[in-house]
Amino acid sequence: MSDGPASGGVPRLELRGIRKAYPTVVANDGIDLAVQPGEIHAILGENGAGKSTLVKIVYGLIQPDAGEIRWEGRPVEITGPPAARRLGIGMVFQYFSLFETLTVAENVVLALDDPGDRTALARRISEVSARYGLPVDPMRPVHSLSVGERQRVEIVRCLLGAPRLLIMDEPTSVLTPQAVAPLFETLRRLAAEGCSILYISHKLDEIRGLCHRATVLRAGRVAGRVDPRVETASALARLMVGAELTARERPAEAVRGEPRLVVAGLSRPAADPFGVDLLDIHLTVHAGEIVGVAGVSGNGQQELLAILSGEAPLAEAASIRMLGVDVGRFGPARRRRLGLAFVPEERLGRGAVPIMSLADNALLTAHRRGMVRLGFTRPGRARSFARGLIARFGVRAAGPEAPARSLSGGNLQKFIVGREIAQEPRLLIVAQPTWGVDVAAALRVRRALLALRRAGVAVLVVSEDLEELFEICDRIAVMARGRLSPARPTRETSVEEIGLLMSGAASPSEDGAGSRRREDPAVAAPA
Amino acid sequence: MALASPVAAALATGAVGLVVFPLLGRSPLAALHAFFVAPLATRNGLAELVLKASPLMTIATGLAVGFRASVWNIGAEGQLVVGAICGGGLALYFEGAETRWVLVLMLMAGALGGMAWAAIPALLRTWGHASEILVSLMLAYVAPLLLSYLVHGPWRDPQGYNFPQSKLFDDAFLFPILVPGTRLNASVLLALAVVGLGWLVMGRSFLGYQMRVTGLAEAAARYAGFPTARAVWVGLLAGGAAAGLAGVGEVAGPIGQLTPSVSPGYGFAAIIVAFVGRLSAPGIVLASLLMSWLYLGGESAQIRLALPSAITGLFQGLLLSFLLAGDVLVSYRVRLGRVRAAHRPAAEARPAGVCQVDA
Repeated sequence: MSDGPASGGVPRLELRGIRKAYPTVVANDGIDLAVQPGEIHAILGENGAGKSTLVKIVYGLIQPDAGEIRWEGRPVEITGPPAARRLGIGMVFQYFSLFETLTVAENVVLALDDPGDRTALARRISEVSARYGLPVDPMRPVHSLSVGERQRVEIVRCLLGAPRLLIMDEPTSVLTPQAVAPLFETLRRLAAEGCSILYISHKLDEIRGLCHRATVLRAGRVAGRVDPRVETASALARLMVGAELTARERPAEAVRGEPRLVVAGLSRPAADPFGVDLLDIHLTVHAGEIVGVAGVSGNGQQELLAILSGEAPLAEAASIRMLGVDVGRFGPARRRRLGLAFVPEERLGRGAVPIMSLADNALLTAHRRGMVRLGFTRPGRARSFARGLIARFGVRAAGPEAPARSLSGGNLQKFIVGREIAQEPRLLIVAQPTWGVDVAAALRVRRALLALRRAGVAVLVVSEDLEELFEICDRIAVMARGRLSPARPTRETSVEEIGLLMSGAASPSEDGAGSRRREDPAVAAPA
Repeated sequence: MALASPVAAALATGAVGLVVFPLLGRSPLAALHAFFVAPLATRNGLAELVLKASPLMTIATGLAVGFRASVWNIGAEGQLVVGAICGGGLALYFEGAETRWVLVLMLMAGALGGMAWAAIPALLRTWGHASEILVSLMLAYVAPLLLSYLVHGPWRDPQGYNFPQSKLFDDAFLFPILVPGTRLNASVLLALAVVGLGWLVMGRSFLGYQMRVTGLAEAAARYAGFPTARAVWVGLLAGGAAAGLAGVGEVAGPIGQLTPSVSPGYGFAAIIVAFVGRLSAPGIVLASLLMSWLYLGGESAQIRLALPSAITGLFQGLLLSFLLAGDVLVSYRVRLGRVRAAHRPAAEARPAGVCQVDA
């Protein structure tokens, strides 16, 4: 961090003609990129555009097939993450790699190549966290930290190595709107001290507000190099997608039908010690409307979803009414027979069996659609169903026989969402419908959800993506600390209001205001 | 790679033989000949090979149903004994009935008996979360005591000079001999039928699919609404039924009566057969022949070279150990050196150890 702020001298990092090809796809093709000291440089692109591959090459996790990496003017070979760290490259991953049962300091020790003395380390952690506005207590166990705090631990862990290039992979995907601002403050301070930052995101507003320069990737190639501060969001999106984004399809006024999902006063203590207690949940979803549940994950969404899907059935039947039937005690199979379809948050291992083919994974929940006869499976039917999903939802896969784990996260998500939608449900519950899905595919998924709504299906969407919820939902409720706020019509609320409700979970001082709002009995008496 | 591991394990087992026999003071070539070649040199030897493979493939097929669903029934030996008791009891009860239908009843009773013994771990697992591994294994040591009590007491042959054994079963109740002059009987056909049925159920039926999903990803099975308790029941009962049938095959086959010991550990050896056979029907048939060969080789080595009987168990154990080691080494690479925790993405995060994923 000895270098001065951004200047036109020798770049801190320069990539020349980087190429990385996999058997079926060229992930990076002739990528040139230069990052100056103190520069916050955005790498922008859809999922599958090659962003992750590129930064993994920089961090030494992947070796390029061709091209040159120059570090401060010298050609270097980065053989692995330790080599990258020795050069002064740090990376904060999108998904955290922290051990929940260990303390912050212990997690930091595990990640350091040369930890040194423990007590001195704890002091250094405190110093670094104070200096960059990243308050964390080194002695707290990680499981007691919020998602935002965990991210701070990851960043602090990187900063202890005094990096001169910090790679941030989609850092805001897990944060509340209120937690984003302090993170940006930290990043700006780092940049001002001369640390270069590679910032990966698909959120255009963030990049325009934070980054000095942006390299836009599309299908493995550089689609453009721009100053995001002067470009419009739609110009950036055009570079990313390669075509003009179609205008948002504003949902027309809902034609509300009968209530298809009614949760009335559901309370349930958490089953496991790190879980969240659900407290007096009221929720109604009518035919022909999309209701969104916003909130930072870990506030009871998982617990609520497991209860709604039937994976965690209840003792009393009446607390959940689904399609006119009290289903509290039903398992997932009986609820699905009534017309429920469900997309879980975890794709591999829950929404799909990793080593099974897509055809076999179609059988998982869509087997009622003629894939089983006299107790025997009909592999031909499952294959053609899978082939149909691949075509209809643009799933990039080798074919119906490709194992689920061979798909990228976004493509598997398209497959799973498609599988549930194709079952023509009467009630659809979706967790994180477009999480990790590229812009074009996200559009496709959202359109499919809106089409279901028009067809009179009741849809419940649990998502961390506020933009998405505001785009498709008729009403939005907020999950915070195991409580669910009354669902507010989307037109009558704002991102700020929802964000406030979300952060009510993070800081106890705001809980009073939040609780008063939650006690508003607007939805307690459904039609 | 899935096929390389069993073959490599078999070769490695043979290689250890080359080391062990000289240690026991025998010429390795003569020993290998006595162990692997001599038993198969005669028609009778080949018949014995198939005869001993029959119960192994029967039980392994039943166990594979559960293993596919990660239900670990390792008490097939006990279920075999209870099946033998139930089938044998019927044979004693119907003494003199002069009809072949008794054998059918015996088979049904044997299957039910094995299932009943397997139902105990299933019940304790689904009701009380008791490990089916421990319960089924412990029950495998209880069943022989029951058999021992019966043949020492109420079912002892009054004309048997006080030997602990039952009367000989009527010839009509025994499996007919297929190859005259050998002990090879029709139970091998039953074994092949069981293997075929197992293949049909596990490979083609929706139930088999659900079991596979449960074994591969339990969260996915719960998500899809496949009852996990049913997988436990089906898995254990299938193993129990198969083991019970194999038990009847022994007492209504080569043994022909109830004795304190009705199986040379087929129930345990079948676990190895199931794994060496990769839980697949053709693999189980081949692996059961291999395991049967080891039994015959062990007997032959005892007779010709005066080696201890433990040699059979030694080779069986070696085979399984090499197989499991092979499976680990197919997916992981051993790296020697100072263990250092690297900062890696969550998908790969695991406590640092000597094994690193070689992806």
